[in-house]
Amino acid sequence: MEIFGVPSALFGSQLLIGLINGSFYAILSLGLAIIFGLLNIINFAHGAQYMMGAFFAWIALTKFGINYWVALLLAPVLVGAVGVVLERTMLRRLYKLDHLYGLLLTFGLALIFEGVFRDQFGVSGQSYPVPEQLQGGVNLGFMFMPIYRGWVVVAALAVCFGTWFMIEKTKLGAYLRAGTENPQIVQALGINVPLLITFTYGYGVALAAFAGVLAAPIYQVSPLMGSNLIIVVFAVVVIGGMGSIMGSIVTGLGLGLVEGLTRVFYPEASAVVVFFIMVIVLLVRPAGLFGRAT
Amino acid sequence: MHMKKLLAAACTTAVATLATGAHAQISGDTVKIGVLTDMSGTYSDVAGPGAVLATQMAIEDFIAEAKPAFKVEMVSADHQNKADIASNKAREWFEREGVDTATELVTTSTALAVMKIAKEMNRVALMSGPASTPITNEQCNDVTVHYTYDTYALANGTARAVTQQGGKNWFFLTADYAFGQALEKDSSAVVVANGGKVLGSVRHPFPASDFSSFLLQAQASGAQIIGLANAGADTTNAIRQAAEFGITPKQQLAGLLMFISDVHSLGLKNAQTMYLTTGFYWDFDDDTRAWSKRFFEKHKRMPTMVQAGQYSSVLHYLRAVNAIGSDEASKVMAQMKSTPINDFFAKNGRIREDGRMVHDMYLAQVKTPEESKYPWDYYHIRATIPAEEAFQPLSESRCPLIKN
Repeated sequence: MEIFGVPSALFGSQLLIGLINGSFYAILSLGLAIIFGLLNIINFAHGAQYMMGAFFAWIALTKFGINYWVALLLAPVLVGAVGVVLERTMLRRLYKLDHLYGLLLTFGLALIFEGVFRDQFGVSGQSYPVPEQLQGGVNLGFMFMPIYRGWVVVAALAVCFGTWFMIEKTKLGAYLRAGTENPQIVQALGINVPLLITFTYGYGVALAAFAGVLAAPIYQVSPLMGSNLIIVVFAVVVIGGMGSIMGSIVTGLGLGLVEGLTRVFYPEASAVVVFFIMVIVLLVRPAGLFGRAT
Repeated sequence: MHMKKLLAAACTTAVATLATGAHAQISGDTVKIGVLTDMSGTYSDVAGPGAVLATQMAIEDFIAEAKPAFKVEMVSADHQNKADIASNKAREWFEREGVDTATELVTTSTALAVMKIAKEMNRVALMSGPASTPITNEQCNDVTVHYTYDTYALANGTARAVTQQGGKNWFFLTADYAFGQALEKDSSAVVVANGGKVLGSVRHPFPASDFSSFLLQAQASGAQIIGLANAGADTTNAIRQAAEFGITPKQQLAGLLMFISDVHSLGLKNAQTMYLTTGFYWDFDDDTRAWSKRFFEKHKRMPTMVQAGQYSSVLHYLRAVNAIGSDEASKVMAQMKSTPINDFFAKNGRIREDGRMVHDMYLAQVKTPEESKYPWDYYHIRATIPAEEAFQPLSESRCPLIKN
C-alpha cells in the first residue's frame, strides 16, 4: 500500500520519528516560552544550556560513574543553578530595558559557554551510551523502534504537561502569572516576586538541560550541538505565539511531524520548512497560532 | 616543455654539485616553516595542535639526521577556517617574517587562498589537510604540493573497493552542498564503472543532527551499502543513529570521509564494520607504529592521516633544501619532485607535475569491539590501493601545467 507514492510503512515510521523530534522541540520551546512569557527575556543561551545538560551527564558518567537516571535529575539542577546565578547577577539588570539587551547578553553568554567547552573537550564530540534498561528496540511491523526513542517521547510529554499544569492550574502558577501582570500589587500582597522570577528562569534553564540529557544518548555530545538546534526552536516559539505555554508544546510536536514528512517528500527543504511556516503564520496571525494580540 | 625540463634538471644538478659549502643561498641562514591550521574549530582534532606537534617532530628528526649548517625554525597560527585570515597571515609571514613555506592548510578555502599568495611571493605551500581536487586541477600552480589525500582518492578508494568486494547496490546519504554532491557524483561513477548500481540517494541539509528519517529511507531502499557523502559531525551522528535503528550491521555503511579521530569519538560499538579510505594507519607496520607511539606520548592521541602526512611533507621539504643548499621555491620544488618519498608515511611516493603527491592509500574496515585488542586498535587494512589507481590520472587532469 502506498500513500502519495510512498510505501505506507515508510510513511508511518516517518510520522513516528517526526513525533520524537517534535518532543525535543516541544520541551526546548517550552523553556523559552516560559522565560519569555514571564521575564520578557529572549534567552539566546538556551541552546548552550541544552548542550551543558548533555555534557554534565557525560562528565558525570565518565568521571564520576553517575548513571543516566541520576544525571537526568542532577544535570538540570546543576545547570538550573548556573541559570539562577546568571539571573541574579546579570539578567536582573535588564528587565526594564528593551528586549534587545537581554538577547545580546544571552547570545554573548552562549558563545562563551560554547568556547569553554570546545577548548576543554575538542569538537569531535563524545559518545554517551544508551542506558542498559532502554537498549534495543521493538519491531512495530512497519519499523524498528528503538526503545530509547519511545522513552524520550514519554519523558518529554510528561515534563511538558506537568509544567503546563503547574503554571496554569496551581496556586504557584497563579502567583507567577500574577507577578508578571502586575508585580507591584503582588509584592504588596506579601509575595516575593524577585525570588519567583529567579525561580522561573532557573526552571526554564533546567528544562533545556533536561532535554540535553535526553539527547545525549542519541546525538554526539558536542559543544556545537545546541547552536544547530536553537534557531529552529526559536521559530517554533514564534509560530506558537511568544510566551504561550500550550502553544509551544503543541507547535513543537506539530512541526516535528511536518518536518518528518518533508524529509520523505522533499528532503532538501526539510531545514527550511519550519521557517516557511513561520513566514505564513506571521503574515496571517502576527501574534502566532496560540498567542494573544497585545 | 622539454627544454624547460632539461634546463630545470641541469640547474638542479649544477646547484646540487655546488651545494657543499654553498649555504649562503639559504636566506638568513634559517629555514622557517609556517604551520597555518585550524587550532580551535571543526577540524582542530583532525589537524590543529597535532599538526604543530608533527612539524616539531619533523624538524627535530631532520636536525638529528642531517646536522644542517642552517637553522630551522617553526611558527604557527590559527586560520579559523577562514580564507581571509589565512591569506593575511601567510602574506605577513612571507613578507615580513621570512617564512619559507606555509604548511598544513586544512579547509579547501584557506588552501586555495594561500597557494595563490605563495605563487605570487615565490614560496612553497605544503598541503596536508585540505581535501578538494581543484588544488591540483583548475587552481594548480608550480609551488604547491597536495600531500596526503583528496576527494578523488576517497571516492575512488572506498567506492571501488567496496563494490569490487560484492557491495553492488548503493544508496547515498549526501550533505546537500558542493562537497557532498561532488563526493556522491564521483562515488556513483566509480560504483557504476565497477558493475554496481546506485538505487538512490537522499540529500540532507547541512548541518543536520537527526538522521533517522534519512536512514529509514536508505533502509527501505534495500541497498547493501549506504554511502555517507558527508563529513564530521554529520557522519558521526548518522553512524550512531544507523546502529540505534538496527540498520547496521544488516546493511553496511561506507564513510567516504572518515578520520581515526571520528572513529575514536564514535567508539567501536557504533563504528564497527564500516569501510573507509585512509592515507595512513598508525598500526600498519613497525615503522608507522614506532613513529605513532612517539607522537602519542606527547599528544595522548594517535595521529590522523593529516598529522602523519604533515610530518612527512615537512621532512621531505627540509631534506630537499639540505640537498640543494637553497630555499628558493622553484629549486626546492624541482628537488622535491625529482626525489621519491620513502618514510613511514609513504613508500615510493612521488610528487607529480600537477603538485599531487601520489602514494598508496588503504581501504580499512573498522574492527568490532571484540576484535580490538588494545587502545586505538581500530582498523583492519583490507586492501592497499596502489598509488597509480588511488589518485586521479594525469590524463584526466584539468591543471594548466599539464596541458602545455
